[in-house]
Amino acid sequence: MNVRALIFCVLWPFAAFAQGFAGLGSGADGFATPQPDPSFSFPADHGPHPNYRIEWWYLTANLQAADGTPYGLQWTLFRSALAPGDKEGWASPQIWFAHAAVTTPDMHFATERFARGGTGQAGVQAEPFRAWIDEWAMEGPDLNTLSLKAQGTEFGYEMTLAAEGPLVFHGQNGFSVKSAEGQASYYYSQPFYRIEGTLNLPEGPVEVTGSAWLDREWSSQPLSETQSGWDWFSLSFEGGEKLMGFQLRQQDGSGYTASTWIEADGGTTAYPDGAFRAEPVSLSAVAGRKVPTTWRVQLADKGVDVSVTAMNSNAWMPLTIPYWEGPVHITGSHSGVGYLEMTGYE
Amino acid sequence: MIRACLVALLSHWRRNPLQLFAFLAGLALATALWAGVQAINAEARASYDAAAATLGEGQFDQIVPKAGGSITQQDFVALRKAGWLVSPVIDGRHDGVRLLGFDPLSSPASFGVGQVAQTGNLAAFLDPGQLYSNAETAERLQTDIQIVIDPAIAPGIAVGDIGVVQHVLGRNDLTRLLLHPVQPMIRPALVDLVPGLRLQPANQTSDVGELTDSFHLNLTAFGLLSFAVGLFIVYSAIGLAFEQRRGLVRTLRALGVPLGFLVILMLIEILLLALLGAGLGIVLGYLIAAVLLPDVAITLRGLYGAEVAGTLEFRASWWASGLAIAVLGTLAAAGGRLWQIWQMPLLASARPRAWAMTSGRVQRVQSIAAIGLLMCAAAFLWGGSGLLAGFAVLGLFLIGAALALPVVVRPVLRYAEHAAKTPQYRWFWADTQQQLPGLSLALMALLLALSANIGVATMVSSFRLTFVDFLDQRLAPELYVEATDTAHAASIEETMAKLDVPVLPLLTIDIEVRTQPAQLFGVRVGPTYRDNWAFLDAETDAWDQVEAGAAVIANEQLARRAGLWVGDEISIAPGVSLPIGAVVADYGNPKGQVVIGETLFRQLHPDVTLQRFGLRTSEPQQLRDVLTNDLGVANSAIRDQSAIKAFSLQVFDRTFTVTAALNVLTLAVAGFAMLMSLLTLADLRVPQLAPVWALGLTRRKIGQLELLRAVVFAALACLFALPVGLGLAWVLLAVINVEAFGWRLPMFLFPADYVRLGIYAILAAVAAAAWPAWRLARTPPNALLKVFAHER
Amino acid sequence: MTDLAPVLQFKGVTKSFVNGSAAVPVLRGVDLSMDAGETVALTGESGSGKSTLLHIAGGLDTADEGTVHVAGHDLGPLSDSARAEVRRKDVAVVFQQFNLIPSLTVSDNIAFQARLAGRVDQDLIKRLSQRLGLTDHLGKYPETLSGGQQQRVAIARAIAARPKLLLADEPTGNLDEVTAAEVLDQLLQLVEETGAGLLLVTHSRAIAARMKRQLNLRQGRLA
Repeated sequence: MNVRALIFCVLWPFAAFAQGFAGLGSGADGFATPQPDPSFSFPADHGPHPNYRIEWWYLTANLQAADGTPYGLQWTLFRSALAPGDKEGWASPQIWFAHAAVTTPDMHFATERFARGGTGQAGVQAEPFRAWIDEWAMEGPDLNTLSLKAQGTEFGYEMTLAAEGPLVFHGQNGFSVKSAEGQASYYYSQPFYRIEGTLNLPEGPVEVTGSAWLDREWSSQPLSETQSGWDWFSLSFEGGEKLMGFQLRQQDGSGYTASTWIEADGGTTAYPDGAFRAEPVSLSAVAGRKVPTTWRVQLADKGVDVSVTAMNSNAWMPLTIPYWEGPVHITGSHSGVGYLEMTGYE
Repeated sequence: MIRACLVALLSHWRRNPLQLFAFLAGLALATALWAGVQAINAEARASYDAAAATLGEGQFDQIVPKAGGSITQQDFVALRKAGWLVSPVIDGRHDGVRLLGFDPLSSPASFGVGQVAQTGNLAAFLDPGQLYSNAETAERLQTDIQIVIDPAIAPGIAVGDIGVVQHVLGRNDLTRLLLHPVQPMIRPALVDLVPGLRLQPANQTSDVGELTDSFHLNLTAFGLLSFAVGLFIVYSAIGLAFEQRRGLVRTLRALGVPLGFLVILMLIEILLLALLGAGLGIVLGYLIAAVLLPDVAITLRGLYGAEVAGTLEFRASWWASGLAIAVLGTLAAAGGRLWQIWQMPLLASARPRAWAMTSGRVQRVQSIAAIGLLMCAAAFLWGGSGLLAGFAVLGLFLIGAALALPVVVRPVLRYAEHAAKTPQYRWFWADTQQQLPGLSLALMALLLALSANIGVATMVSSFRLTFVDFLDQRLAPELYVEATDTAHAASIEETMAKLDVPVLPLLTIDIEVRTQPAQLFGVRVGPTYRDNWAFLDAETDAWDQVEAGAAVIANEQLARRAGLWVGDEISIAPGVSLPIGAVVADYGNPKGQVVIGETLFRQLHPDVTLQRFGLRTSEPQQLRDVLTNDLGVANSAIRDQSAIKAFSLQVFDRTFTVTAALNVLTLAVAGFAMLMSLLTLADLRVPQLAPVWALGLTRRKIGQLELLRAVVFAALACLFALPVGLGLAWVLLAVINVEAFGWRLPMFLFPADYVRLGIYAILAAVAAAAWPAWRLARTPPNALLKVFAHER
Repeated sequence: MTDLAPVLQFKGVTKSFVNGSAAVPVLRGVDLSMDAGETVALTGESGSGKSTLLHIAGGLDTADEGTVHVAGHDLGPLSDSARAEVRRKDVAVVFQQFNLIPSLTVSDNIAFQARLAGRVDQDLIKRLSQRLGLTDHLGKYPETLSGGQQQRVAIARAIAARPKLLLADEPTGNLDEVTAAEVLDQLLQLVEETGAGLLLVTHSRAIAARMKRQLNLRQGRLA
């Protein structure tokens, strides 16, 4: 058996989500579906929601070494359920997988891990907070104070994080609509982390500091049938404001956008479809395909009209599910740094 | 010219179909046994490879328990959480099928389960679960789990998700962990994480291959021996054909066929025939292998737990090797003859006078060669080591003995001539001497066939006797039982004590003795051991000393490899050295073994838990019921030794039958060789017989004397074959076996068999001589008179 | 090459055999010339070297000194295989022992040398079989024939190859007198018809007298 093919099958729900293939009945398999006007309960909701099909703990960070060299870092733990609910041991239908990456101005390292739920090899617990797979872990007494580690064959990192602001809820108090048909997820973030630590790279360890952004999202009904992929931006401006915006690309070329403007103190404004605009400016050839690595991003309501450019256009994640994810820098009406994720570029 | 010459050459075979038959049959037999054995080996290896691929064995490093037992799931999780990329495997038996559970998410191996990926039904694979196996295996499995037929799965194996297999086996542990070839940057040392586990590099994990190697080497040795015997037949058939065609060669050359051209043509002719014979042999070999394979498969499963497919594939690896070795063997056999043709002067007479005249010189050369070869054999025996030297001894000894035959026979005949009372018998013995050069090739063939028969029969019979004893000794307990854990073991022991069933605990751990890997066994000394174990050499009170923890028993392999014997000290643990109280034969086992008392073992290795027992009972079936019904022992955890014994003997007897059939055939073909020689000589003998006839011996009497001569020759060959055959058996048992397997088989003699063989040989010789003798007796008087009519 | 050239020419041919350490001379300077169509008898006592001379003429053996020409070919410098070719195409030998191929039928034996020489003439073979009274025996094997019949087969084989030079070594030595006379008649008749040269070794004066020319080999020299 081709294990990769098998794993692809395991990850089918996620792949469908990420790449815009639909056809997964919304809530039809006994999975719970996100409902409007959620009320979250913390710290429990930092933990897993096994009745929902997919879920992730998604951390990205823009880093800088003492000599000014910029770096990017990713740590993501995904949960993908074959069936709702959980069981003990190998019978658990919960599948876990994780991605870790480090981007330097001229290199990009990425690796992944897989695990079955139920054995203790991977999982998330809310209190004290601990998300882990193998030796990779994001843990701390609570979500505000975390340590983070991951490694691959050629790279690794060990970081500490401290939140310097409140949690931020996207969409309608954390109910984030993903299409005109109403598909939605629960979605909140902690975008205010100070992060510092050591990147272990082939040329040796590098001490870095910077800022990090954690996304929490879970759902059972991913994209609509007509959607082919997404472009997701998390931008931190020099004034302390932040912008989360995504665009779900339609197969007919149109798109569905949503965005959240985050004040420096954590106050938010959510914008409906159309307010946030992102247009490719230039494409780069990456891993045998064309990927837009420079964007014009606009949010007219806040006077944002910026050019978003990949720090290293080669930030391709050549994993079981391939996609592009890397740090960006921002020029134009505002300047700053951020992270860009692009899926569905075949 | 090519066509005319080829037709002339080939017409010889058409006119001498018996010779052609001898040649083709000899070569086909030789090739058949060789190819058949190779086919069995190839099939078995393919099955091992498929199994290894299925298990990820040999391909990946593994983490295994240090001291038997199994791995806990906590160990697995602990390793993963420390950064060791390992994947769990559970390996167990259910309904006689090997069940393999793996984790599709973390496994580095390809498992051959194509359909999971194709259907993408991972959820069903994991829960409620599916087992993948080939159709043959699926029929043996009784389970409520859905079975998916996949021909790519190795025979006797079913593969499923680790959780599913654990469920079927009723276990929650792991057998081993496969190590990903690529590991992350930083990992703590294994010993700090899981002190009870150890890393086993990939190339050392092919347990099945190692275990079964000796079995296959045995088969190969048989095949090779049969091939050698067949080749002697081929050699004599070729020899005769070439000898008879010396006249033809001379005529062709006189008629203007260049020598080089002729030699090349004869080479082509021999190659064509070799291909034909080898082709027949391969077909025959396929049949032999197909007949034997199911039994071999059963034995391998019974003895080693190795699964081999019951159906034979026509693999290039064995038929090509069979073809190659047959053609090369034929060329080797024909090489000398072609060289003789090349050297033969154009004007040399093709008549037997030339034979007789040159035979004086030939005989001297032959004597020197025989002595030289035998001395070389002795030198190899004395100074050589290794399997190759063993085979060199074998080959040199056989060829040397064959060459020595005429040299030894001549003085005997000369003595008989002197001792003969009547002129008639004086002439008979003198004439017999004169026949010797012409018949020596046939006699050598007879000698080789007889020696091979005696040697192989002695070896096989000795092996069988020893092996039966050994099976009785080693597999004395009727049932072997594996408990799930220590508590289970204790409850079994308790119940058995109540039922008055003797329990023989089996404690084992891998150790090193003088840098040799070995297994240390702790046994409960009792009547089973005292009565059944036959030692090669022992102190008188060996078992008492072992029981008292004052001595050990070493198996022969270990003793020979480590250069130790009874009385020598052996270190079995740091700081613990004990004398060897006895050396025990341990056939068929490639591993070294040291046996100590149970008490001492428990002191040395308190961490090794007792999970395996042998049980002595006269009612194995009833006891089996008790074990399964009352004690919750899975059927798969009980091994019935009597069944294993029966299987082994069955296969052994098959081999025996094949050997016996081969013996009859070689003898028959040697008889043919003799017939051919006698027929050839008969015509040429008319001038020699004519004076005797003229002097008053009736033709009838001449015919009788011809028969008597054949009997004399056969009897002499038999007498000479006995020591040669026994020598051959001795080399096989005491040299080849020790070099190949590390154990020496005791040699038993089977005089009745040898007498019977001698009678067969004489009958074969009489049968061979009958027709030529009859023809001589019927020679028309005018043919005899002609001898006088023409001056020669 | 013209027909006028001798089919066989010996000039100063010597030959000796090594016996132990001494060289025993057999031919001590033989000069001989034979034309096409000529029949020559070679007589001499046993061991006089008759057969050796014949063998050298047939390229079966080589001369120590002197030159030997057969059908225009100087045998001296020729290689073994080139001499074999001369033997195949230009010379035929009839042996005392017949030297038939036991595993071939009579008809295959007759055609054999012609096949080797690459000139099979089925008509000629048929005629020869009739002339030599072998027609009824064509499908048989030599061993079933009488000596006279076997020698007739050997003669037919030689003639069928259309040699320029026919060498015969005691061709009737193994035959009874009546048969011998018949066989000799047939041989001479056929040789005359084909125009080949015949060198016949015999110790019989009567047979020698049937040849056009008689040579006697004595102490290694022709007289």
